[in-house]
Amino acid sequence: MRTLRLQVNGDTLDTAAPAHWTLLEVLRYRLNLTGSKQGCDKGDCGACTVLLDGKPHLSCITLAAMAEGHEVVTIEGLMPLHAARGGEGADPIQSAFDRCGALQCGFCQPGMMLSARALLDRNPCPTRGEIREALSGNLCRCTGYTQIFEAVELAVAESLGVAPAPRSWEEQRMKPEDAQRVAREAAAALARARDEGAR
Amino acid sequence: MAARDQHGPGSPWGDHAPGARENQDFRVVGRPLPKVDGLAKATGALAYADDIVLPGMLHAKTLRSPHAHARIKSIDASRALALPGVHAVITGESMPIKFGVIPWTQDENALAVDKVRFIGDPVAAVAAIDEDTANDALKLIDVEYELLHAFYDPQESLRRAEPAIHEGNKGGNVSKHVHLAFGDVDQEIGRADVVVVDAYSFHGTTHAPIEPHCAIGHYGAEGVLTVWSSTQITHYVHRALARVLELPPQKIRVIQPALGGAFGGKSDPFSLEFCVAKLAMITRRPVKMLYTREEVFYCHRGRHPMQMRYRTGATKDGRVLGVDAKILIDGGSYSSFGLVTTYYAGQLLTGPYAFPSYRFDSTRVFTNKPPCGPKRGHGSVQPRFAFEVQLDQVAEKLALDPIEIRRRNFVGENVTTVNGQRITSNGFLECLDEVERASGWRERRGKLGFGRGLGVAGSMYISGTNYPVYPNEMPQAGVQLKVDRSGLVTVFTGGNDIGQGSNSVCAYVVAEELGMDVGDVRVVAADTDLCPVDLGAYSSRVTFMVGNATIDAARKLRRQVVDAVAEAWKVEPRRVRLIASQCIDLEDTGRAIPIREAFHIAEARFDTLGSTGSYNTPKLGGDYRGGTIGAAPAYSFTAHVAEVDVDVETGRITCSNVWIAHDCGRALNPMLVAGQMEGSAYMGLAEALIENHEVNRFGLHSGPNLLDYKLPTSVDTPELRALIVESIDPEGPYGAKEAGEGPLHPILPAISNAVHDAVGIRLKHLPFTPGVVLKALRALRAQDAVTAPAARDGGKR
Repeated sequence: MRTLRLQVNGDTLDTAAPAHWTLLEVLRYRLNLTGSKQGCDKGDCGACTVLLDGKPHLSCITLAAMAEGHEVVTIEGLMPLHAARGGEGADPIQSAFDRCGALQCGFCQPGMMLSARALLDRNPCPTRGEIREALSGNLCRCTGYTQIFEAVELAVAESLGVAPAPRSWEEQRMKPEDAQRVAREAAAALARARDEGAR
Repeated sequence: MAARDQHGPGSPWGDHAPGARENQDFRVVGRPLPKVDGLAKATGALAYADDIVLPGMLHAKTLRSPHAHARIKSIDASRALALPGVHAVITGESMPIKFGVIPWTQDENALAVDKVRFIGDPVAAVAAIDEDTANDALKLIDVEYELLHAFYDPQESLRRAEPAIHEGNKGGNVSKHVHLAFGDVDQEIGRADVVVVDAYSFHGTTHAPIEPHCAIGHYGAEGVLTVWSSTQITHYVHRALARVLELPPQKIRVIQPALGGAFGGKSDPFSLEFCVAKLAMITRRPVKMLYTREEVFYCHRGRHPMQMRYRTGATKDGRVLGVDAKILIDGGSYSSFGLVTTYYAGQLLTGPYAFPSYRFDSTRVFTNKPPCGPKRGHGSVQPRFAFEVQLDQVAEKLALDPIEIRRRNFVGENVTTVNGQRITSNGFLECLDEVERASGWRERRGKLGFGRGLGVAGSMYISGTNYPVYPNEMPQAGVQLKVDRSGLVTVFTGGNDIGQGSNSVCAYVVAEELGMDVGDVRVVAADTDLCPVDLGAYSSRVTFMVGNATIDAARKLRRQVVDAVAEAWKVEPRRVRLIASQCIDLEDTGRAIPIREAFHIAEARFDTLGSTGSYNTPKLGGDYRGGTIGAAPAYSFTAHVAEVDVDVETGRITCSNVWIAHDCGRALNPMLVAGQMEGSAYMGLAEALIENHEVNRFGLHSGPNLLDYKLPTSVDTPELRALIVESIDPEGPYGAKEAGEGPLHPILPAISNAVHDAVGIRLKHLPFTPGVVLKALRALRAQDAVTAPAARDGGKR
């Protein structure tokens, strides 16, 4: 048993747990932060992803003791941290996931959303290829990922104040020329934003 | 009850009939609204089974068999019981009554009695103060086994009845045999211009939901057992617990918390539900059991391996005359849903194409492997693969376009299939049109260069089944509505939301019918104490049946409210309309009250406000033994086009694009429908290319973890395009049909057909690994070396 002082979602918390316990175990069974999920317990699925100093980490293969001295953000922290910065409602990533249908069973999504949050924090205007790459450590069994990509793209578009490209199922409902035009405009706006970001 | 036969000839959704004015006037239906539990999931607030912690809770673990087939000579748990922190150990004799989801094939025990039948068969369970102690205790249980010959090859199980995997089983090691013939197949195929005979196989895959199975048992002082379980069928778990634990069912409450994926893999009652219940009853403390990922792989119930032989005869213009199928199904060690699987393997092939004659002979055998069961597209994904590849072979022989041959064989709308299934709405032709258009089929197929190709396939799937697994005359879906004076309406449904969004469907329906905001409707689901019975989330039945039951309940409630307000306002009820959270007089626009006040008027006029609704299927199915299995109140239809690149050096197939057109009747929420279509295609694609639930010659899973059992990641998944086709079903809720399982089927054969278009090889045995592709390419080159000179000579002459 060892005592632990952890910084979680902005709070400093003291607790104690067996020395071999992982960060995931301490979050779930000591701090009652059950939003981080256990899907495999060996670092394969990504459902346990949390942010350590802003970077995604697999909490099921991170010893709790190793998290001491680092800032831990779990899924429970996103909305309060967003509110503390003066934001309304949920974090834009959470809201976009909700509005894009990206939450089917929702079990993998706490990890997925934290990976997405970390991506947008370091790269506010990622391409779909960069989104795919950044989320490749988080397995989702329900969605086929498409609506997850669309959610991240929606969050990006909204943060830049541009119209997002039509979603997979929306294209069919538009005239082909309109769908192409909207997609082109979205791509151009994002490219501009990327260029500005690069400068 | 909201079924056609109970309401006369009219549609159960009455005034929303196609073409009716309201049809264009939906306020909720058809909109891409978020799910009712979306934000709770997004913020990590929703509790899944393993998130529930009860005071004083013990943790349980299962001891599993290390042998594939063995007799248990003795079990001694005394050393385990002596370990400090261990509270109870149970074995097979604690719960000797057998269970099984199908009443006629109950062959499972919560913990093995007398013998074990696969590596991983549960033998004993321990409850201890924590998981580590429980795991330590497992090592102290002494079990003596006497090894028996183990069966791994289904052909051997077919030939050899001894040693019987299930002693006393009438058919030896045969689990189920079905032989059905419709029309004269031999005569029809005999007069065909072209006949293709070939063999195909499916290897076996598993669901791999990201949430492992978990259950918690609590036995209260008042003698009520509560079990929280990650199940997709609360009602059957309830029945099974009562049977095995010998408790009166009214003393048992089963609750499904938020569920982290199922795909059919949480349909059976599982050992852990009985174990936590029994351990809670013994220790009088709450007990939780959470399976490890490895245990999830071994408890399985995934898609059956099948060896299939198909013979199809067609006329020279591509019309199918007869199909003859022989299927051997590897069931693994227990029956599970196997009786149904054996029927579905044949019964669900008779659309979207018309077969003038059809015969199938399907046999499921037991082997000493993890038991197979229902996985998304239960029983029909494998035969569909075989037939759709064979249909392409027919098209190739006749030099017909693969989409065209599918159009020519279209079975049609409002028809009865050769095996007696009633098909009503059918949007399959539009599905073909959509994938043809969106994929650029006409402009691109055959013109993409060597190594790249397009392939098409179609399919049909049930939207619910009219056959409850235990025969009874009661409704298949029930819903209850409760109205609060605050204006809140609560829906109580036994339906299991497993992530597909069935709770949201209930809320959408109530909001649509009562003119309310979706946010003012709450849904309480899958709690046997609170909710009316629904048969659960399987056979793609929930939207169709629970949706109709909710419409039924909401209409009754609306009638009460409208009648009460009309009486108060002294106007005809037809003038009173509930809309936009208001109750208005259609002929006096100045007269409007908030819907909450309308509820008050109705409560004062009638009584405490509420209603019930239900759904039952009409009488369906062929008039023969097994004729109702596969009979559904509606069928969904799908067509896929897949685009692949084949690397001839490495043998690797990359699927870059999939166009998914699916006839879902009506998209109650197009965003959620698209999510089902994309998720289905993704899952099927993985089964075709990378996933393999392989059990080796020692009975061991070759990689029971999420690294070795390869699920596609975000970089492996192609661009998926959902093309929604709405045929507006006459009996579905607002015309809706299923969308969760049908869209999986065509991707497997579409990839095989695309590979043929790309490089000329026919892949007939799944999965299409690089080795398989290279071997086929080598065989093709060897064949070319023989035939090419002759072809050149032919060219000279």
